[in-house]
Order: sequence, then C-alpha cells, then structure tokens
Amino acid sequence: MRALEPWVVEPLQTFLAESSARLTLLMTSSGQVVAQHGFSRSLDVMTAAALGAGIVASTEEIARLLGASRFGGVVHHGMHQSCMLSGFTTPRGRWIGLVVFGPETSVGIVQLFFDQMIEQLVSAAPREHVPAPMLAENFESELNASLKALFGR
Amino acid sequence: MKTSGDVLDRVTRVPGVRGALVVAATDGLVVAEHLMDGVDGRAAAALAASLVGRLARTAAEAGLRHPAFVHLRADAGSVLVAPGKDDLVLVAVVGPEANMGLARLEMLDAAGRLG
Repeated sequence: MRALEPWVVEPLQTFLAESSARLTLLMTSSGQVVAQHGFSRSLDVMTAAALGAGIVASTEEIARLLGASRFGGVVHHGMHQSCMLSGFTTPRGRWIGLVVFGPETSVGIVQLFFDQMIEQLVSAAPREHVPAPMLAENFESELNASLKALFGR
Repeated sequence: MKTSGDVLDRVTRVPGVRGALVVAATDGLVVAEHLMDGVDGRAAAALAASLVGRLARTAAEAGLRHPAFVHLRADAGSVLVAPGKDDLVLVAVVGPEANMGLARLEMLDAAGRLG
C-alpha cells in the first residue's frame, strides 16, 4: 500500500485489513491518485484513476439530470470479482474511492468499512494546508514524483 | 411461505429480542429489518453474513454440513443467525435477558419459511 500523504495511510490500512479488498485506489475527483493498494503497474493505476473519475462524473451528472443530489456509489458485480466506485467529501475536496473485491468478502462488508474509512479520513485530514493549483510547467515533475511515491521506483 | 415482514414480526415478538433482519447472504445487504434504536442494521447484516459464510466454509473443510444455527454470545447479549433458503439469512440481536430457547425455536421455524 502506498500513499502520497501520510495521514491517509492508517485509515486505508484499517480498511484493507477489515474489508479484504484486492485493489483500492483513492483519487481526487479529477483523477489524481492519492493512494493505492494492489496495483503493480503505474499505467494500470493511472488508467483506472482516469476511468473511475470519468464514471463518477457521469453518474453525478445523471443524478443531476434526474433531480437527485448524488448517487452514493456504483457497484459492478462480476462473476469472480466486483468493483465499487464511490465519491465522498473530505476537507481536501471531493475524493473518489475505487475498490475491487472478490468472493472472499461481500459488498456489504466493503461498503461498511469504506464508510468507516471516510469518517477516519475526514477526521485525520489536516485543515491548514490546501494544495496549490498545478502549473503546466510543473506537471511532469509532479507526476513523476507521485509515481515514485506510489510505486517506490 | 411468508413475507420477510411476517417472519421478522414473529421473531421480534420474543421477549428480549432487540431486532431482527433478513439479509442477503452473499452480498451482506439488508433485505428487511425490524430493529430497535441503537442497533446498526447495516453493520449487523454485513458482519453476520460474513460470519456465516466463513463458518460454512470452515464446516465444509471439516467435512461437516452447512451450519443450521449460529449463536454468538457476548457480554451484553447475543447475535443469532439462522440460514434460510434462496441465499437469505435471518439474523436476530438479543439482550442477555432473552429467552434463548424460545428465540432459537422461532428463528429456526422462521428461517425455514423464508424465500
């Protein structure tokens, strides 16, 4: 498990231990990865983050069209593994969680401990620091630094 | 065959029962619930379904049949679980003062009517 910010580690570790999730990705609503567990290739994690952020954006727009506030999450049930995507609000802005899990656990367990992780993240998030907007000239170096932190190489 | 509401009504009439739920075993999600305040149905459903699933796998590995009834006893009460048909599980949260014998009989009878 790797995270860009240390205060994310403990809530995420607790979630992973309790939920038995296979893969977990925490990202901002724009698809910027904050933490990941289980991904071995940077390309996979960046692709999953971009697709996950796109799906959540689409469902939130559908909710808006239907007059609902927001959908709490979306779960894709598969034969061998399932995927849950859920957006949530933190003091650092709107984040998204992507969780892949197998038959060794259940959607009820994953949702239960995911909600507990959100509570822990909200209470652990530092209030004083707000990340500066990313400048185009810094993008590549920021991306490389993030990948190094998330994959350790 | 009875509805989930009928089944829950019968179980929660037993003195000392604080609530009962019908749970989808595979998903750990609540199908129907009849709970007193202070009982987190979503957590009880997810954790009880997980417990039954793990116990079933343990029993199978030991060459035993699927558990017919689970009694998880704690200091302040018990959780009772009775697997039913069609992937449904009946869960009851009971206080320490509950008539466990009657609760068990009602749970087993009610679980047989689920589905």
